[in-house]
Amino acid sequence: MDITLKRKTRKNTVIPGFSLTLGYTMLYLSIIVILPLSMIFFNTLSMSWNDFYETITHPRVIASYKVSFGTALIAGAINVVFGTVIAWVLVRYHFPGKRIIDGLVDLPFALPTAVAGIALTTLYAPNGWIGQFFPFKIAFTPLGIIIALTFIGLPFVVRTVQPVLQNISKEIEEASASLGATQFQTFRKVIFPQLFPAIITGFSLAFARSLGEFGSVVFIAGNMPMETEITPLIIMTKLEQYDYVGATAIATVMLVTSFFLLFLINFIQWFSNRKFNRN
Amino acid sequence: MSIQIQQVSKSFGTFHALNDISIDIESGELIALLGPSGSGKTTLLRILAGLESLDEGVIRFDGQNITNVHPKERQVGFVFQHYALFRHMTVFDNVAYGLKVRPRKTRPPKAEITKKVNELLSLVKLENLANRYPSQLSGGQRQRVALARALAVEPKVLLLDEPFGALDAKVRKELRRWLRKLHNEFHVTSIFVTHDQEEALDVANRIIVMNNGKIEQIGSPEEVYEHPKNPFVYNFLGNVNLFKGRLHNGKLTQGQLEVNVESLHGSYEEAVGYVRPHEIHIEKVQVDNETVGAKIVHIHVVGPIVQIELRREDTGEYLEAEITKEHYKKLIVNKGDVVFIRPKQLKVFIPEDFSI
Repeated sequence: MDITLKRKTRKNTVIPGFSLTLGYTMLYLSIIVILPLSMIFFNTLSMSWNDFYETITHPRVIASYKVSFGTALIAGAINVVFGTVIAWVLVRYHFPGKRIIDGLVDLPFALPTAVAGIALTTLYAPNGWIGQFFPFKIAFTPLGIIIALTFIGLPFVVRTVQPVLQNISKEIEEASASLGATQFQTFRKVIFPQLFPAIITGFSLAFARSLGEFGSVVFIAGNMPMETEITPLIIMTKLEQYDYVGATAIATVMLVTSFFLLFLINFIQWFSNRKFNRN
Repeated sequence: MSIQIQQVSKSFGTFHALNDISIDIESGELIALLGPSGSGKTTLLRILAGLESLDEGVIRFDGQNITNVHPKERQVGFVFQHYALFRHMTVFDNVAYGLKVRPRKTRPPKAEITKKVNELLSLVKLENLANRYPSQLSGGQRQRVALARALAVEPKVLLLDEPFGALDAKVRKELRRWLRKLHNEFHVTSIFVTHDQEEALDVANRIIVMNNGKIEQIGSPEEVYEHPKNPFVYNFLGNVNLFKGRLHNGKLTQGQLEVNVESLHGSYEEAVGYVRPHEIHIEKVQVDNETVGAKIVHIHVVGPIVQIELRREDTGEYLEAEITKEHYKKLIVNKGDVVFIRPKQLKVFIPEDFSI
């Protein structure tokens, strides 16, 4: 009797429309995200396994993976350090012009990437304003790519770390100090662990954005095969040669690898975040 | 450890948080800093902990000037109103923190830290929750963790900033008792900030009443409650009825009421008599001029105490009286009855030194 009664009473929630909103979410995601992505796989399926393997392991393509993933990882790492510092300064200190600096952080979001690419190339080219002072080349090398990716990835880390930092109360630091911790210990043992999940989120966003970045990189990279050619450019080249299937094959590799990496990062984040959400 | 606070002043911009404060605290005392919000009590506590700098004055611990010593070297335990626990650490790690961050030379070995932390956790009765995170604890449990964490470093002074302010009434009462007990066992000099007079009276050996960055009175709970130095202290420590009248030849006259005042001589056009609700006597017939007629407006029975609201027949002012249930039963009065009230123990202040 009890069981049948329980089955009949529906769970009452204050906010209605769970099934409606969930249905909408699923439909929307399918149309906007999953459908286009699955087309990549469908297109690739028209290839034979051998063709596929050859396309994605062509030495020039392999070199491009290394450039793309390598530079994206390094740029993400740089942003983690300096983005956190900027977030720290913006949250903790009051100084004239703080709002302007706060606004500047978002500029890489808003700027058309090609504009950023052209601007950075002019600066860092061997005869450019900054480039002329260095004995080695910056533009047209992987270093140039890293600079472009650092530029476009900056807001991600700053904007994810900032709110978390704002929520860490001053009392926590005071408690740590009164218990005898040095400032460094307070940062390492109290503040950093609380920032870590946000930093990881910022990193994964910046990294994901960098992997797909095309506009700003093609100008500064020089696009020399085997050296500074990024994977998105190879895909673009293939498309221009009407090699749609080859392009989607490489896109598949990018997609799967990115998915795997983001999954890994999310797992780390989930793991480090677990402590805060257990209840 | 004894504490000397000498002529300490502190302002935030144009706001004077502390104004020339001097207090001597002896080793092992349990002191309450009592005052309304904005009275400077928390600022003083934070200055003692080294979390706030001072503009003028000197702080000495055991005679040693520590005015400019960094908080981490002061050996004070600080308990925050909102616990300030490290939310990414377990209860155990929170308590162990102060020991783990010590420089290698003075850091106890791991086994010793574990032993010490477990001891403290059983002291605060949380030994079963050692592996929980702060988010999994109730407010009272969190504050106990914060206390254990502060005690772990064996502080010479324990400072508590409204430690029970965020807790509900029952837990607050329990923790109050428990803090007293703890203090009896450890004898560590403790200072706690509160705006709750009941809490101050209940827990402390000595109360420092503060207002507007100044000290109004220092004394034992009994002293400040029974012999308030000024109207502010009178008002702040419990409910009070005011009798504003003329003082002449040792008699306070207001309307039809005339009360003998022994403490003050001379004549004043304006004088205010203060009487606590439980010092108002209710009689059914008028015997002399020291009583005045009043109509009962409302009767609340709160456990063993009966609170009676009255309205004076002559001036129309409202009064509050508190009598025991026993007395109430004998008296047999009802809402709307006219009775005669007699202020016992009238304390008169002359409004010149008024500072409410």
